[in-house]
Amino acid sequence: MDGEEDSGRPRRVHGMLKLYYGINKEGKAAEQAESLDPCDINGAHFDPELFLNKLRRECSLAELMDQETCMVKQIRSLDSDMQTLVYENYNKFISATDTIRKMKNDFKKMEDEMDCLSANMSAITEFSARISGTLQDQHAQITKLSGVHTLLRKLQFLFELPARLNKCLELQAYAQAVRSHRRARCVLQQYSHLPSFKGIQDDCHAIMDKLAQELRQKFRDGGSSAKDLSECVELLLQLDEPAEELCDKFLSHAQSRLESDLQGLEAEIRPYPSASAVKDASAPRLSSTAAAGSPTDNSPKMSTIPSPTSNTDILEFIDRGCNEFVSSLCLVIASYQELFINHAQTGELASKNIPQMANGKLQAFVGDLAARYFSLVERRIQEEKGVGDNSLLVRALDRFHRRLQAVAKLLPGSPVPNQGTEIVIRAATERVKQYLSALQSFYMDSLTDVRQALATPRLSVVSASGGGGGALLGGPASSRDASNSLPELLSSLSASILNQIKSVLASVHLFTAKDIAFSNKPYFKGDFCSQGVRESLVVSFIKFVCQSSRQFCESAGDKGGSTPPALLLLLSRLCLDYETSTISYILTLTDEQFLVQHHSPVTPVTTLCTEAREAAQKLLNHYVKVQGLIISQMLRKSVETRDWVNTIEPRNVRAVMKRVVEDTTSIDVQVGLLYEEGVRKAHSSDSSKRTFSVYSSSRQQARYAASYTPSAPMDTNLLSNIHKLFSERIDIFSSVEFNKVSVITGIIKISLKTFLECVRLRTFGRYGLQQIQVDCHYLQMYLWRFVSDENLVHFLLDEIVGSSAHRCLDPAPMEQSVIEVICERG
Amino acid sequence: MEDDAPVIYGLEFQARALTAQAAETDAIRFLVGTQSLKFDNQIHIIDFDDENNIINKNVLLHQAGEIWNIGASPADKAVLTTCYNKTSDSRVVSCAAVWRMPSDWETGSHESPDDSAHNPQTLELLCHLDDGAHINTACVLWEPMGDGKRVISLADNHALLWDLQESSTQATVSNTATLEGKGQLKFTSGKWSPHHNCSQLATANDTAIRGWDLRTMSQIYCIENAHGQLVRDLDFNPNRQYYLASCGDDCKVKFWDVRNVQEPVKTLEEHSHWVWSVRYNHSHDQLVLTASSDSRLILSNMVSISSEPFGHLVDDEELSEGEENHQEDKGKEPLKDSVVSTYEEHEDSVYAAEWSSADPWLFASLSYDGRLVINRVPRALKYRILL
Repeated sequence: MDGEEDSGRPRRVHGMLKLYYGINKEGKAAEQAESLDPCDINGAHFDPELFLNKLRRECSLAELMDQETCMVKQIRSLDSDMQTLVYENYNKFISATDTIRKMKNDFKKMEDEMDCLSANMSAITEFSARISGTLQDQHAQITKLSGVHTLLRKLQFLFELPARLNKCLELQAYAQAVRSHRRARCVLQQYSHLPSFKGIQDDCHAIMDKLAQELRQKFRDGGSSAKDLSECVELLLQLDEPAEELCDKFLSHAQSRLESDLQGLEAEIRPYPSASAVKDASAPRLSSTAAAGSPTDNSPKMSTIPSPTSNTDILEFIDRGCNEFVSSLCLVIASYQELFINHAQTGELASKNIPQMANGKLQAFVGDLAARYFSLVERRIQEEKGVGDNSLLVRALDRFHRRLQAVAKLLPGSPVPNQGTEIVIRAATERVKQYLSALQSFYMDSLTDVRQALATPRLSVVSASGGGGGALLGGPASSRDASNSLPELLSSLSASILNQIKSVLASVHLFTAKDIAFSNKPYFKGDFCSQGVRESLVVSFIKFVCQSSRQFCESAGDKGGSTPPALLLLLSRLCLDYETSTISYILTLTDEQFLVQHHSPVTPVTTLCTEAREAAQKLLNHYVKVQGLIISQMLRKSVETRDWVNTIEPRNVRAVMKRVVEDTTSIDVQVGLLYEEGVRKAHSSDSSKRTFSVYSSSRQQARYAASYTPSAPMDTNLLSNIHKLFSERIDIFSSVEFNKVSVITGIIKISLKTFLECVRLRTFGRYGLQQIQVDCHYLQMYLWRFVSDENLVHFLLDEIVGSSAHRCLDPAPMEQSVIEVICERG
Repeated sequence: MEDDAPVIYGLEFQARALTAQAAETDAIRFLVGTQSLKFDNQIHIIDFDDENNIINKNVLLHQAGEIWNIGASPADKAVLTTCYNKTSDSRVVSCAAVWRMPSDWETGSHESPDDSAHNPQTLELLCHLDDGAHINTACVLWEPMGDGKRVISLADNHALLWDLQESSTQATVSNTATLEGKGQLKFTSGKWSPHHNCSQLATANDTAIRGWDLRTMSQIYCIENAHGQLVRDLDFNPNRQYYLASCGDDCKVKFWDVRNVQEPVKTLEEHSHWVWSVRYNHSHDQLVLTASSDSRLILSNMVSISSEPFGHLVDDEELSEGEENHQEDKGKEPLKDSVVSTYEEHEDSVYAAEWSSADPWLFASLSYDGRLVINRVPRALKYRILL
């Protein structure tokens, strides 16, 4: 092969070999060959001639010799190397040639075998075709046979069916029986014209009837669990039982169970008079939960109406109701729906309008039971009269309401949740009413306390602080006198009322708390706040305060002061305070707490204020009237019971006049505690003296003098009429202003007018007249300072003395100086 | 069409007693009794000439004492009773007597009215209503619409029924009723009911009103605490037999149905001081007149409890235009209980008011200072009632 290549491309191979040998043989020379030095023995451009010439020229002999040996040595080693390489390459060529030769032989052998294989394959194909051709007939036969076999098995199943069903019945494997029967039913139906099948069918029917009977019996017994029951129903439905009947039965069965729940609940409502021990045992627990459950309820002295008579609290009751009744109801609804509605919708039953029918029945059933449940719940709620703890009720209502939402989810479109909400609303409004009445009775109780405090001045501090929730601390001043404690009583009263209102508001506020589910209802956001709380509770209470105050005027009017006057005064001030600040404060508080949005018209603050002011006015007028009547009564008795004709010469002022002045002074003090001074007409520092001298000496003397002359009557009348022409008409029982002076003026007016009228009904002797003179002078000395216009006192006293002079048989007035001496002596 | 202005007449003396001459149905005539301790007391006979608005007066002397109460016989124009105070031995006693006016009291007056004041005639005493045992007669009541033969006097705690005989010159007590109880009980006022054949009497003592059956002289009803204070006066509704009006020191006028005395049917609180007198109009019982020591006289229209609760329907045109404002306001409303008018002509306490027996639309009132005022029912109201 080498020869072929060498001969074919001699130049190239030569070049390659040359390259090959050059690198391998002359490693050192290759470096030098790069330089184009022709003398480099290893270089490509080596020129032996030049090299020899150069050597000969340059080197000595010795050196040449050395050079020569060295060169010989090198040649020799190169030769040996070359020999080794050639030998190795030769060996390789040999083995390659051997291999190729061997391959050539092998391929030939393989070709033979391949031929043999293809021949075999064609033989196999031929065989196979032949076999399948022969098996064709048998295969068809087998298929047919297996079809027959299946049919036979089916028939066998049918023939065995009655027995199988019976066995199932025995084993109570109803489900399996029904499944089997269902499988066979169509076939039997189809071939029922054949007598044998007919027989089977009849047998099956008989058995299935029996089975249905048994199922129904089981269904009716009712002892089984809900799951069993639903299974029963399912099977019966599959057996083409009338769905309506089943619905009814199912529901009636459920009803009996639910009713037992309801009866349990009802039993709890019934009061247990005999079970007082139970009640006693539960009472402290109840109160402790109440205390723990209502941190907001910090009222010091909530009026407690006796707690309901039943032995469980409302939360327990509702819990029980929810857990037993509502959850069973939900269960019933769910399984019923599963059975009759959802199930039926997919199956063949849907066509018979069964879902609608079933749904209607369910609605009626739920409605009926829920109504009964609701009536029980309502009865229970109605028993919840104690207002001490609202949170319990609210929680109960919340739970009640929440649980009904489950029903709502199960049964969309049912009126039940709405009815539940209505119950909650009713309970809430009822509660508001109860709070109102509690507030009212609290108010009346506070008034009773105040009354007692007024009646027993010594104990005033104790009882007032007891009633007022500790707002009043016994100061040194209050122990002295009842009237001293009036402002304190007032402040404690109004503070305790305000506290009570606040705590009630807090309790009611629970209804609208965020965590209470029903607080989201529009009613609790809108109407409950504005109509319920604001109008029915707060506004009504304020109105009640005003009205009850007014009733004090009415009832006491005829009987003549069954109400202590101090109470009237105090209430008047209370109402006035309400008018000025308290009402708007309370209403603002309410509006803020409840975020009242006024959709419907509400009572404006001004109306209430007007009402309060009217009440205050009426009370104050009545106070004036009562106090005036008390003094009037003293004066009247003193005039009526004395024999004025035969009295002795006056030596001193009658005790009753001193009493009148004393009482007026004490009333002045009392009123001054609660009302401002008020304005009075300016008078000089010595007005009593000065005006009295005018009153007595000039005008009055002239009148007396006139009476002596025969023509007197005309003159007297003339004088008095002229006098009256110039003085304003005095309304005796008239409205007073809210200040001390006006009040005292009113009282003095009433008293003096009574005095005048009484004097006119009597006949006086000389000393009788003089006594009146002395008395009037005394009154003059002391009363002017209390009134707004002292001329009023002058005028009335003037009239009294004038009238008594007229009614005197022997009008000889006393000397002014003597009168003064007597009066100053006291 | 304005209402006529009130007519005012002044007496020289102070006066409390006023009555209409009950037997006189043609002339408008009032009798006034004066109170004076120093001079002879008088009975003024006030004749009112409706057409000319003029007052004619005649004076009769009543020398026995100051007159506290006066009553005219329903049968005989000339006969009247008075209760008067007599002072003797430093003692003051209240007595009652029947008097006859001199027959010719009218003759002198027309010639010279001034003359009569200087030289008045004297009343002729017919008899004393005095049984010797009881003094302090508070008032004398004639049998309403009777024949002038029977009177009742209320003295202290006794009601004495007198028979007047021999032309009223002799009086005998035919029956007595005694008020029994704790303390010194004293009748203050009374009224003889015109109903039930004149067999009932109502009396007031302190704060209570009592009804009496005159046939048995026993109490038939009692309104305890009818008023908060003293009851001053009573009057029977002339048309409704069970209705009674009362007034007293609590400034109130109350209307009662004596069949149910627990609560008054109606209460008026218009006066600002004691109410001394209450009078139903004799014909139209919705009109009630009250007199008070607040110097006012109030005419009220109590339609709802009258015998004509529905009144007459009246068109607005028929109402006169010149009325005083407050009257017009009242006039335009449908008939409601209301104050018709407040009369303020008096300067002193008004102790008595009376309707005329001749003209149902006219009334007189008397204040302590001796002023007698004659007024009429406002025309608008009058026509509304009539038409």
